[in-house]
Amino acid sequence: MYGKQKHLGKGSEKMKEEFTGQALVLGKNIDTDQIYPGRYLALTNPEEIGSHCLEGVDEGIAGDFPKGGIIVAGTNFGCGSSREHAAIALFNMGVGAVVAESFARIFYRNAINLGLPLLVCRGIGGMVKSGQNLEINMRTGELKNLDTGEHYQCETIGEYAMSILEAGGIKPLFIRRMKEEDHDS
Amino acid sequence: MHAIEKILARHSGRDRVVSGEIITADIDFAEINDLYLQTIYSFREMGGKKIWDREKAAFVFDHYAPSPTIEASQNHREMRLFREEQGLTYHFDINAGICHQVMPEAGLVYPGMILVATDSHTTTHGAFGCLGTGIGATDMATVLITGKLWFRVPEIIRIHLKGIPGSHVLPKDVILYIIGKMKADGAVYKAIEFTGTYVEQLDVAGRMVLCNMAVEMGAKTAYMEPNQAVLDYVAGRSSHPFTVEHTDSDFEYEETYVFDISGLEPQVSMPSSVDNVGTVAQAGRVRIDQAFVGACTGGRVEDIGEAARILKGRKIASHVRMVVIPASAEVFKKCIVNGYLDTLIDAGATISAPGCGPCLSAHQGVLAAGEVCVTTSNRNFPGRMGSRDSGIYLASPATVAMSAWTGYLTDPSCENSGDSDVRKTEASGKGK
Repeated sequence: MYGKQKHLGKGSEKMKEEFTGQALVLGKNIDTDQIYPGRYLALTNPEEIGSHCLEGVDEGIAGDFPKGGIIVAGTNFGCGSSREHAAIALFNMGVGAVVAESFARIFYRNAINLGLPLLVCRGIGGMVKSGQNLEINMRTGELKNLDTGEHYQCETIGEYAMSILEAGGIKPLFIRRMKEEDHDS
Repeated sequence: MHAIEKILARHSGRDRVVSGEIITADIDFAEINDLYLQTIYSFREMGGKKIWDREKAAFVFDHYAPSPTIEASQNHREMRLFREEQGLTYHFDINAGICHQVMPEAGLVYPGMILVATDSHTTTHGAFGCLGTGIGATDMATVLITGKLWFRVPEIIRIHLKGIPGSHVLPKDVILYIIGKMKADGAVYKAIEFTGTYVEQLDVAGRMVLCNMAVEMGAKTAYMEPNQAVLDYVAGRSSHPFTVEHTDSDFEYEETYVFDISGLEPQVSMPSSVDNVGTVAQAGRVRIDQAFVGACTGGRVEDIGEAARILKGRKIASHVRMVVIPASAEVFKKCIVNGYLDTLIDAGATISAPGCGPCLSAHQGVLAAGEVCVTTSNRNFPGRMGSRDSGIYLASPATVAMSAWTGYLTDPSCENSGDSDVRKTEASGKGK
C-alpha cells in the first residue's frame, strides 16, 4: 500500500576510526539551503539527492567531488532548516567527514544519526587548502595535513555521538537496542 | 534551576538536570511537516509498527500546500496513508496553514510542554513557555516509536530588552536588530530566554516573532515566561492541564545581553545572511521586484493588518508584485472579516493559499536571477527564495508594505510625510 521504501542514507557501513580524504574548503555559515536547495526537497532518490549537493555554493561541486573527501568549513556549518536532506546529500555525494569550527545543532544531530563523522576544530578555517590530503582520527580528534605535515587537535566527539557513529548510524544502533530490550523482557 | 531545566527534569523523571548532561525526555507532541516523508521511511527501517501515542503526533502539510509538483503530491499521499493506518487523531491537510500557527490555534501548545517538530522554527513555541525544538526526520522516527528523545541540556543565555520602541518599529525589527548584534552563530546549541519590559507587554503574535527567529542565532530553543496574553490565548483553546515553570531567583545565566530598544529604527537584514542587519536607511537605494507578507514569522493577522493599514487607498508600484499569504485558515478568515484582504487586493496584491509559500522557493512567488524581494519571512540565504542570483531583504510587514508602494526599500517611519512626496523621493532616489 505504500510506495517502495527508499533508503535515503545508507548509514549502515561502520565508520573507520582513522581515514584520509581530500579537503574541500568552504566558508562560514554554510546553511542548509546552500548545501541542499529547497527546490529539490521533494526528491527521494539518494543518488539524485547527492547530485545536487552544495549546489547553492557552486553547481560544479557534486560532479567533481572526490569519494571520501573531507569538507573543511568555518563556524556554524549546517545552519538553517532542519532538513535531513542536507546530511543525506553530503553522505550520498561521498563526503567522508566534515571538519568545521562549529556546527548548527540540528545538522549535527542529523549527520551523526546518519553515520556521517563530524569534528569541531577551532581555527581550522584558514589552515587548510582545497585539494590537500587530510588524515583524521575520530577517537583522538587528531587531524593531520598530509601535504604540509601539520597537526591539529580537534575536539573529541562525545561518547554518545561516538557510539552512534561506531554503530553506523542511529538506525542500526536503535534496532540493536530494541532487540536487546526484547531479549531482556 | 531555570524554567527550561525544570521542564527537562520533569520530562526525564529527575529532580534536577545540569547543562551539558545527556538526558532522555518524554515528548508531549510531535509534528511532522510535508518535507519529511523520510520520517516514515526511517520509522519502517527501524522496525516501527505502531506509533507510541496516536493523540500526540500529527502531520501538517504546509511547505507544499496545495501541492505544486507530482513528487510533492506523492509525498502527501504516502503521509495521508500513514496517518490513516496509524489512526492519528490530529491531521492538518493542505487547507490548514503553517505548522507553527495551526498547532497553537488547535490548542496543542501549552506552557511547560516539550514539543518537537521537523522544522527548525519550532523555537517559535517558546512564546507560550513551551520547550519547542526542531529535529530531523530520523530523530522524529525514534520519537514516533518510543515517545522519547535524547537531549543535551543546553546552556541558557538571557536577552534582556529594555524600553519600548516607536510605533513604526515592530517585533520583526527588534529581532532583526538582536540577530545583527548576536550574529548567526551567537547562540549555537544554547537556549535563549527573552526578558524585560518589552517582552512582558508583548502580544502573542509579537512573542512568536521573537522566538521564531531565535534559531537564526543557532539557538536550540527559545523561552519567554508566559504573560497574561499567553495564558488567555491557551485557556481559550487548549483543554490540556499545564504547569507554568518559573526560573529560580538564584539561577545564573551563562550570559546576559542587554539591549535598549527605545530609540530603535526599522531594521532590515540584507543579502545574503540573516545577521547582515542595518537600518532601512543604511541599506541604501534598493529597487524591489517582489514584496512578500507571509511565513511563520510574518503571516499573522497583525502582520497582514499592518500591511493593509499602510496600503489602504494606495496602489503598489507598477513594477512590483506583492504576494500576501495568511499563515493559517483562521488567519485568512479573520483577515477577510477585518477587510484587510479587500484593501490589499485593491492595492494590487496577490493573495495565496495558507502555507509557507515562496519562503523556501517551493512555489507561489519564486525569484528569478537578478530579482530582489523584500519579505516578512526569516531567511535570506543565497537561493532561499529561488535563483542563487536573487537578493532577499528581511523586514517588518510595515517596511514590506511601504516598499511595495514606493517600489524601493522604504522606511515606514516616513509614512505620514505626505503620499506624493514620499513616493517621488523614493522613486527618484533622493531619499536619505
